[in-house]
Amino acid sequence: MKIKMEKIKKIKAGTVFSKYAIYLVFLVMFIASIFMSDNFIKPSNLINILVQVSPILIIACGETMVIIAGMTDLAPGAVLALAGCVGIGVTIQTGNAFVGMVVSITIGIICGLISGIAVSRFNIPPFIATLAVMNIARGAAYVYTGGKTIYNIGDFAFFGQGTILGIRAPIVFMVLITVISYIILKHSKFGRYLYAVGGNEYAAVASGIKAKKIKLIAYLIIGAYSGFAGVILCSRINSGLPSTGQNYEFDAIIGAIIGGTSFTGGVGSMGGTVIGCLIIALLNNMMNLMNVQSYWQSIVKGIVIMLAVGIDMAKKKSKM
Amino acid sequence: MLKENMDEQDVILEFSGITKSFPGVKALDNVSFSVKKGTVHALVGENGAGKSTLMKILNGLYHADSGKVLLNGKEVQIRDSIHAQQLGIGMVHQELNVIGELSIAENIFLGKEPKNRLGLIDHKKLNSTAKTFLLQQKLPYSPSLKMKEMSIGEQQMIEIIKTVYFNSKIIVMDEPTSSLSESEVEKLFTKIRELKKQGSTIIYISHRLEELDEICDYLTIMRDGQFIRTVKVGEITKNEIISEMVGRTIENTYPKVKAEIGDVILEAKKLSNEKIKDVSFCVKRGEILGFAGLVGAGRTEVARAVFGMDELKSGEIYMEGEKISIKTPKDAVDNGIMMVSEDRRKYGLVTKRSVLENISLPNYDRFSKTLFVNHKAEKNVSAEIIKKLSIKTPNLDTMTASLSGGNQQKIVIGKWLVASPKVFILDEPTRGIDVGAKYEIYKQMCEFAAEGMSIIMISSDLPELLGMADRIYVMSEGRITGELLGEEANQMKVMHYATVNR
Repeated sequence: MKIKMEKIKKIKAGTVFSKYAIYLVFLVMFIASIFMSDNFIKPSNLINILVQVSPILIIACGETMVIIAGMTDLAPGAVLALAGCVGIGVTIQTGNAFVGMVVSITIGIICGLISGIAVSRFNIPPFIATLAVMNIARGAAYVYTGGKTIYNIGDFAFFGQGTILGIRAPIVFMVLITVISYIILKHSKFGRYLYAVGGNEYAAVASGIKAKKIKLIAYLIIGAYSGFAGVILCSRINSGLPSTGQNYEFDAIIGAIIGGTSFTGGVGSMGGTVIGCLIIALLNNMMNLMNVQSYWQSIVKGIVIMLAVGIDMAKKKSKM
Repeated sequence: MLKENMDEQDVILEFSGITKSFPGVKALDNVSFSVKKGTVHALVGENGAGKSTLMKILNGLYHADSGKVLLNGKEVQIRDSIHAQQLGIGMVHQELNVIGELSIAENIFLGKEPKNRLGLIDHKKLNSTAKTFLLQQKLPYSPSLKMKEMSIGEQQMIEIIKTVYFNSKIIVMDEPTSSLSESEVEKLFTKIRELKKQGSTIIYISHRLEELDEICDYLTIMRDGQFIRTVKVGEITKNEIISEMVGRTIENTYPKVKAEIGDVILEAKKLSNEKIKDVSFCVKRGEILGFAGLVGAGRTEVARAVFGMDELKSGEIYMEGEKISIKTPKDAVDNGIMMVSEDRRKYGLVTKRSVLENISLPNYDRFSKTLFVNHKAEKNVSAEIIKKLSIKTPNLDTMTASLSGGNQQKIVIGKWLVASPKVFILDEPTRGIDVGAKYEIYKQMCEFAAEGMSIIMISSDLPELLGMADRIYVMSEGRITGELLGEEANQMKVMHYATVNR
């Protein structure tokens, strides 16, 4: 009896450790960074990290939902560019940055609608459907701008460069969207259905869940987030650049996966995604501060992903 | 003295003091028994009794914490399943390990294909060797036939002879008859007798106790990870086996209590689609209605159509006299028709998610009218269901994948109970479930009926159907071929209707 109790305690300690292992990794990296570079802990640098990660984390919030539902979205980077460029164009025409933002988000939602219909109504695999939307959106961004960069963004600059209550606007928006996404996932019925559809679509449908509708809504949400990420990024770089946002979806997916979202669906959390994205951001920042060449940065990032997910899989296997 | 020596020689396999623990559970506790050469040795016990764990140790998939496995009197350390195969231990799993897209020959030789000089697979040799072997085994199939074009029973036969080809002296069969039709079971038994004659030893795991008398020589009972006893088949009655398995006596296998039967609640008129033809039936309030028939007769297809999982080509469904239209499971649920599928892992559970979420899944709209989850209701109702159906789970947040089959099935039943179904369709509700859990499910079915619910029960276990149903429809080849009242129904009559048109 005594032995049994001890065993149970041990197991609990083990699962707690593996559940929070990712937070521990982040903490260790953060402390290591302090010692590796004097500039790291300066407030300006920390704020910079958060501003830079904001569009990625916003997209990652959407990716987390889509991946939990057993799908994926490769379009956000391109949708971001299209939405940002058109938003700036509309702002210049109307002189109203708010209208520009609404148009950006609407474009994102339309892109999500296309992916969502392709996946849920026509059963096109998400990888293929969103790859197509990615190409369409990127092409449309170049067509809209004529391949040139739009400068003079006017009031649109607020979203990426302004402050709200003394805090940099992108950080405020990022926190807002993360909180909204957390509530959706944790406290809404839709959130529960996402997990069920991704965990076992057959069982979800046989439980009276409209899986197709759930999938479509997931794409609408990530579309809106991508559009909004475009507003923030293009505003921050002060231009409508059709080539911007390249590979942002991959950083977002990596952030979600490092944070424990399962690529096979049904498992994941917003807290994990936040930490996952921060780990990526920290890594990027450290390598910049240490003057690591950007080509090498890419290699290091690849290795980190392999390790993070590899360790996670090994852990899961040993639990079986 | 002489006799004892003989016995010693006869033993091909011996387990000695096998113990194996997993985090939180002791799966095997000092298990010792021996298996005689050339016999069919049954291994029985409830789910979780440790049969599968023991067989996995024998197959090298798990390693015992302590204890020995002796093969022909010599201790062996079985490293993995390849090593087990080399030692002459073959395994036929309940869920077959066949690759549908590959041919019979390719499946038999998987991983050991004959190669030509270029190192590529020598298909000619592969097929000719397979053909000779198939003929030797009296299976006149073409070796190039794709596995997926064969029935489950035929695929299983290939798996069995595969172990023979690799010189297995001991063949473990895990629930081999669970998805076979009656005639396929006969073929399987013929094969087993043949193998026995050739000197093979068979370890036979089954929940169908009726089979044991027919095919087995010895029987080992396990309970809660412990060895209970080994007896000669025929020296023990079925009821004795059951009481030793569950550790208590169950006086009555089917605790049938007849409920008061009311008016017709659901009526189906001439339902037809690809699988079913002109199926008309009705079910009354408080009635347990059985659907009997052979595997593939169309019983599940009728249920799927009524539940909105398959499309109907024609036909009408009336609920309490009013015509209703059912196109999706949601339509059915909204009309009070709910279903527990025969394949609970595919259609019943999201195994990656918790007990709480699985019970709540179809009920979130009932718990709250807003967009948000009513956490309190979710928790209270789930706890209530767990109590009502006595579901054994560490807590509400436990992943359903880690529960036993019986408890999983109760969760699927429980999640619908919250929605208080008017018509509850149970497709093979006790398949793969141990005796104790079966009994509880039967009892609950009677309680539901007493509360005025109508139950449609589909089962391939004829004694169970005869024991539980007030009325039975028999199907054959997509049509209803007979209707029997509970009192007049018997095995003969059902089988008569079930084989009509054949």
